Amino acid sequence: MGHQTESLDTEKIWGGGESPFGISYGKMMMWFFLISDALTFSGFLVSYGFFRHRFSDIWPVAENVFTHFPFMHGHHPLLYVALMTFILIMSSVTMVLAVEAGHRMKRKSVILWLGLTIIGGLIFVGSQAWEWYHFIHGTAEGALQMADGSIAHMFGDFTLALSDGTSIAAAEAGEYFGHSHIGHHHAHIVGITGEASVHLPQALRAMGNGLALGSEEVQQFILTGDAAKEAIMSGNIIQGANLEMNEYGVPLFADFFFFITGFHGTHVFSGVVINFVIFVNVIMNTYEKRGHYEMVEKVGLYWHFVDLVWVFVFTFFYLV
Amino acid sequence: MSAHAEHHHHEEDFLFKYVFSQDHKMIAKQFLVTGFTMGFIGMLMSTFFRLQLGWPGKSFTVLETFLGDWAPNGVLDPDKYLALVTIHGTIMVFFLLTAGLSGTFSNLLIPLQIGARDMASGFLNMLSYWFFLTSSIIMLYSLGVEGGPASGGWTIYPPLSALPQAIPGSGTGMTLWLVSMSLFIVSSLLGGLNYIVTIINLRTKGMKMTRMPLTIWAFFLTAILGVLSFPVLFSAALLLVFDRSFHTSFYLSDIYIAGEALGYDGGSPILFEHLFWFLGHPEVYIVLLPALGLSSEIISVNARKPIFGYRAMIGSMMAIGFISFIVWGHHMFMSGMNPFLGAVFTFTTLLVAIPSAVKVFNYLTTLFKGNLVFTPQMLFAVGLVSTFISGGLTGIILGDAALDINIHDTYFVVGHFHIVMGLSAIFGMFAGVYHWFPKLFTRMMNNKLGYAHFWITIVCAYGVFLPMHFMGFAGMPRRYYEYSNFPIFDGTLEIGTIISVFAIIAALGQVIFLINFVYSAIWGTKAPKNPWHSNTLEWTTPVEHIHGNWPGEIPEVHRWPYDYSKPGKELDYVPQTVPLEEGELDEGNHH
Repeated sequence: MGHQTESLDTEKIWGGGESPFGISYGKMMMWFFLISDALTFSGFLVSYGFFRHRFSDIWPVAENVFTHFPFMHGHHPLLYVALMTFILIMSSVTMVLAVEAGHRMKRKSVILWLGLTIIGGLIFVGSQAWEWYHFIHGTAEGALQMADGSIAHMFGDFTLALSDGTSIAAAEAGEYFGHSHIGHHHAHIVGITGEASVHLPQALRAMGNGLALGSEEVQQFILTGDAAKEAIMSGNIIQGANLEMNEYGVPLFADFFFFITGFHGTHVFSGVVINFVIFVNVIMNTYEKRGHYEMVEKVGLYWHFVDLVWVFVFTFFYLV
Repeated sequence: MSAHAEHHHHEEDFLFKYVFSQDHKMIAKQFLVTGFTMGFIGMLMSTFFRLQLGWPGKSFTVLETFLGDWAPNGVLDPDKYLALVTIHGTIMVFFLLTAGLSGTFSNLLIPLQIGARDMASGFLNMLSYWFFLTSSIIMLYSLGVEGGPASGGWTIYPPLSALPQAIPGSGTGMTLWLVSMSLFIVSSLLGGLNYIVTIINLRTKGMKMTRMPLTIWAFFLTAILGVLSFPVLFSAALLLVFDRSFHTSFYLSDIYIAGEALGYDGGSPILFEHLFWFLGHPEVYIVLLPALGLSSEIISVNARKPIFGYRAMIGSMMAIGFISFIVWGHHMFMSGMNPFLGAVFTFTTLLVAIPSAVKVFNYLTTLFKGNLVFTPQMLFAVGLVSTFISGGLTGIILGDAALDINIHDTYFVVGHFHIVMGLSAIFGMFAGVYHWFPKLFTRMMNNKLGYAHFWITIVCAYGVFLPMHFMGFAGMPRRYYEYSNFPIFDGTLEIGTIISVFAIIAALGQVIFLINFVYSAIWGTKAPKNPWHSNTLEWTTPVEHIHGNWPGEIPEVHRWPYDYSKPGKELDYVPQTVPLEEGELDEGNHH
């Protein structure tokens, strides 16, 4: 019996003359648009996964890259991005409340919650700009990029970290020199001896820029091995990242970082703009006159989608 | 003053009726005319490069007349040959057979056949056309820019497409190609969203999903395929734009031009192939499904028989649509793909044969013992069945990695996809135009010219594409400007000449269609309300277009659309609006 009732209902719902899901065409279009947009993001994330897998041995670890926090010193791995994520998710919560208030036709509550959503979105976009700024500027030490494009990292004053994960403390290294493979590249390991107190990056930069050996700064170091010397001489100190180079490792990491977070950021920004337009409409009483707040619901769908995408970006780019 | 105001008002009317129209019937006509215009340009291009392929190095005044400095002294320039091949492919696949076909018939038939006043959003529908038109204009404009249009093939593989300095067409031409296609994707998305939502939400009372004509099912599934696959092309294109303009390395690695390293590091062109074919394969069915839907309807009407296996037709279209998303690797068997993965893609690809065969047998069974009416649209629909079979069979060969590797990128491939996708889709489109011309232009097309058009087209089409399979077996690679430097191909060169002769006659045959189209639209005999004695709802609307389609109430639907020659009925057709009699079976809906 129960089964029969159910099939009769389906018959009626899909029988024409009414919307089977009981929703307006606009809302349904938004859903299908979001599915489509999800596939665009999937295209990017899958491409990202493709390269990350390919270069898994030399792919930078996000925890070592994103360590800054405003007004605080020291290393705070992923703390800032976690805060950003929290703010974005909270803006989804306020959006839910705005939609819910719209259902109850509470104009003032809609204004409040939608306003907070817009602020949350703006904070997120601003935070992303801040993070981009730091990623672009990089660390004070920078990294040593060899002539063949491979990258050696320096942490603090003493350590030369290679992008294959090993590192050499300059003080301990003594007269260490030789050849090694970094990632797919054949690279030179630079041999260094000298007093630990000397600022290594500065010296390296001086040499990288082609200053003559024998200047005061550089004298502190004895470079051993012609190959090592040559490598340093032809190397460059690079700081930060852009679409062509990346002090943290493979340039593709930076390419994808800028591209995917940028594409997402564009979505957030357009979401903020759309939310703002709707916000103005709410203030102008448009939806009171119309008798429903469905537009708030539609932009709400978009906003939640943008949040959801960020959860994936956050997971794949920062966490795993 | 008042006269002026009136005049102004009148002008505005014209503008909104014919130009910025939000009426689906007008938008359908806009798509049709734009699509066919692009199609004719694409066809002309193919005749031009066929002249070079048929008679390599021979001077033709006609080339110089039409192409100017692209063909100095009447001989096609090799760079421009590549440009013509590329733009021919792009125009035919996207502008004629995607937007032209879907845009025309989805717009015309969805509201009319499901019983709706218009599309869900007339405004977005209008935008969809305007994006399409802009994209068409930009694509044509790219023909005239410095260095010529994109020339790396319609699949725009990097590095040719990613390095502006690679070949002449990789510069501004390629940029404009990407701009044009981005707009095209927006157009396709706006159209697709509209089609899907209209079909779900706006069916008239009684129009169950299982009472919809197969045309509507085809448009519905096509729109879903488009909404799911075009965004991935968009991803691919956007990454390409970054490689081109901002020196990222998504698709590029260790590239040297003239001994100079370009500083790209780590990327891979294989990624592009994956992203491109993830769209590219469903795209085949975006092109094909509407044609299959149109021909299902036309064959049933003209065989005066219900379509055989209505539900199986829907199921097979769904299956084809689904499978089309998991077969893209068969375009890449030669890309160094892991043989195991190749085997997986071979398996999924060969699966397509099952629903395709279901469709073919359903067509044949519908035709079997029918009272066949050989109108031009029927001939084209049967022509589609023919090309769907003959092109489908060679698809089995290409879908198998072990076989494909031998004939990859040869003329065998060109022959295969032109028959199965190009011809089938364009035959479906012609069939649709002949059948729904009365609905589009309120007049009938000329049958005699239609017959001439059909027979010239089908004979020449096979004349062009069948021999290509032999050239492919002989190992002739596609996209070459000439083969005279390779003695092993000496024996096959004459085939190229024969193909070119057929191609030229085929092109001339299309002029017959063009004349028929224009003549009938203006001077054709006035169409009766239901010229083909068809069951579907569009024939219950007045002949002259009115906004909102039906003057009074939208008719209610009581039966499926395929009650032809139903036993015990006075006429050999029972329109969907006729209520079921006491005890009469609701065909297609009883289990």
